[in-house]
Amino acid sequence: MAAPDAKAKTEAPAFRDFPTVPTILAGATENVRSYVANEKIQEAIGFPGKLADNWQETHDKAIGRFGELLEKYRSLKVYMDACVHCGSCTDKCHYFIGTNDPKNMPVARQELMRSVYRRYFTPAGKMFPSLVGARDLTKEVLDEWFTYYWQCSECRRCSVFCPYGIDTAEITMAGREILDYVGYGQKYSNEIIGKVHKIGNNLGLPGPALEDTLNGLEEDVKDDTGVDVRYPLDVQGAEVLLVTPSADFFAEPHIESLIGYGKVFHAAGISWTLSSKASEAGNFGMFIGNYDQLRKIAMRVREAALELGVKRIVVGECGHAWRVAYAFWNTLTGIGAGANDPFAVELQKQLDPNYKQPSHICEVTWDLIQQGRLKFDKSANDSRIITFHDSCNVARASRMGDYPGGQFDIPRNIIKAVANNYFEMAVDTTREKTFCCGGGGGLLTDELIDIRVKGALPRMEALKHVVDDHGVNFMATICAICKAQFTKVLPYYGFNMRLVGGVHQLVSTAIKLGNEQ
Amino acid sequence: MTTFFAILFYVAAAVFVLGLAFKILDFARTPAPLSIPTTPAPTTRSGVAFRMFREVVFFESLFKGNLWIWIFAAAFHFGLALVVVRHLRYFIEPVWFWVAFAQPFGMYAGFAMVAGLGGLWARRFLVERIRYISTPSDHLMLALLLLIGLTGLGMKFLMHTDIVAVKAFFLGLLRFDIQPLPEHPGLYVHLLLVAALMIIFPFSKLLHAPGIFFSPSRNQADNPRETRHLASWAAKLEKN
Ligand code: HEM
Ligand code: SF4
Ligand code: SF4
Repeated sequence: MAAPDAKAKTEAPAFRDFPTVPTILAGATENVRSYVANEKIQEAIGFPGKLADNWQETHDKAIGRFGELLEKYRSLKVYMDACVHCGSCTDKCHYFIGTNDPKNMPVARQELMRSVYRRYFTPAGKMFPSLVGARDLTKEVLDEWFTYYWQCSECRRCSVFCPYGIDTAEITMAGREILDYVGYGQKYSNEIIGKVHKIGNNLGLPGPALEDTLNGLEEDVKDDTGVDVRYPLDVQGAEVLLVTPSADFFAEPHIESLIGYGKVFHAAGISWTLSSKASEAGNFGMFIGNYDQLRKIAMRVREAALELGVKRIVVGECGHAWRVAYAFWNTLTGIGAGANDPFAVELQKQLDPNYKQPSHICEVTWDLIQQGRLKFDKSANDSRIITFHDSCNVARASRMGDYPGGQFDIPRNIIKAVANNYFEMAVDTTREKTFCCGGGGGLLTDELIDIRVKGALPRMEALKHVVDDHGVNFMATICAICKAQFTKVLPYYGFNMRLVGGVHQLVSTAIKLGNEQ
Repeated sequence: MTTFFAILFYVAAAVFVLGLAFKILDFARTPAPLSIPTTPAPTTRSGVAFRMFREVVFFESLFKGNLWIWIFAAAFHFGLALVVVRHLRYFIEPVWFWVAFAQPFGMYAGFAMVAGLGGLWARRFLVERIRYISTPSDHLMLALLLLIGLTGLGMKFLMHTDIVAVKAFFLGLLRFDIQPLPEHPGLYVHLLLVAALMIIFPFSKLLHAPGIFFSPSRNQADNPRETRHLASWAAKLEKN
């Protein structure tokens, strides 16, 4: 489905012979806009239904909220002041590389807000606006925020290269928060947040349907392997609560990884359960920069953990969900360790301190591999020639294991333990320099297909090289959004959509379940 | 003129110190509610101190980002740092040995600084992306610093001034005992621009200097699973 105002059919940009720095094409994607959330969607999650009829009212509200955020978030305050327009970040954003729209240069994206900051919050901007590039907040400016803050996937690539670590994602989040606050929300994200609260997951899969799906899955795996691998739901007293993105329950290739998690727990003899209450690891509260939503959505996991009495909380393959779990859950819900306040201690005394809380499923699997508790037939993956795509939020906003950078090594170690053919993509496109899939941060919606395709360009170029040089036919990743985005976008670049899959899909193929010979 | 410059420097120093102190306190008291270091990040405080050291002294992230900017930035900032050290001799008596030691290097540093500034400014015209993001104030800031550097070098190599008297003037300022400033047009311009720089500092992008120390993506340790970060405003949410 194409966007209504996209003039032409979306086409993939041509691969560049050399990764040349793009030239500027002003306004190239100014018409690629998200759908605006309607009143029902907005009000369901506590935001005003629409913009006030009177501009002045919207203006004052927006500036008021901006001021509050500057008091609440040091990141925003420092990032507004510190940028020197050095230009180091200008060619680092995949959306700029793919679209040539200068407002997709990270510093220019920040400047959409910084210009308003200067006008209302700094003496220089109040006195000499044109000298320092300050401007009044007008309806046009707000529209521009809506357009370009919904063309940022909050991937943090720019922050790696900024001498002050200025993270455009923080500014995008603040922009979206202000927009929501004045009644100018994005349909896709806010609708999903509504579903999480109403039904329990982003895809709106109700409890009974989930149960059916899992039963079906058990039958499929039995047919396939002859082994009774369980996919349990709401089991009181299980050791592990697995929280995973709801796409894992039925989307392809996601479900293959879910099958893999179950096999790992089965083979290691660990009792585990999913929860119908917390049937979603994703947390779009982060995408919209709203602390209350972020916290409320995360709180479902705490409640499920307390109700089920589990000892460990494990998170499935999902990039932003892992960021929220790893970096924010302890703060938001007390899932973690080291607290001394009653709220967090209530949960932390229930959780087993011998394990990292929460753990990533890759940490679990890699630990088990190192302990020799999992056995593989690596040749089962021999038809695959594999590469690994680092997902932004895992790479640049979280960690796995005990040392910085473990998030890069652990998934690769797992792949190498379960398969024989592995090749890296170019070093300037992996690890902390990885390029976003193009669909993260709340952009995985049909009306944005144009920038989703174009934003995938740098990753597709790197993939093309390993496909041409090594015959790579499987790009493993550990993010539900990456999987969905690539499935959709790969064909635009002439690749098979089945080229993408999960790390636990590879585990699933090679793992021995104890019934061999 | 002496009186004018004396008053100017008192005002400039006051604006600089108070303005900067206000900004630093403002940064410091604003909470960082969530753990957001750009990873991979050090897991300990001492690791963070080392990361910060690398950022401040070597501009590590900029080095990863753009080699040309890094070369010019390094030339300018290291030049500036040495020049500042060299200027300390105008404010202290007797001159500390390491300040005396740095004197000869300080001279070359002046050229490095000016060359770096020239490179940075050229980029603002020549590189399309950087031209696009440059505001008039970016150009003025570079012009200001370049003029300070050029007038300084001018006094060193072309039109000498009586630096013993200059030193007496600044030592006098520190003791509230005003001494005559040599009459020298180059010196007047140099000092005028320096005072302007001090006044502008707390209101401009020069805040990057204190800002970097407060940037959460660089100054936080990566330990969210082991310690609970909680801002005071966020803690209140748990009370109800
Ligand atoms: C903690 C100390 C400081 C650090 C770590 C630092 C670091 C940096 C870095 C990494 C850049 C970006 C690269 C560039 O454009 O040059 C920059 C730019 C700049 N710095 Fe600093 N700086 C510091 C102190 C200062 C001071 C004290 C001044 C001036 C008096 C200054 C003036 C500037 C200017 C004017 C620019 C912008 C250059 C341009 O327009 O391209 N910096 N700084
Ligand atoms: S966070 Fe990512 S998408 Fe957003 S501006 Fe930075 S590089 Fe671009
Ligand atoms: S790298 Fe940082 S300081 Fe430089 S222009 Fe980008 S955001 Fe500004």
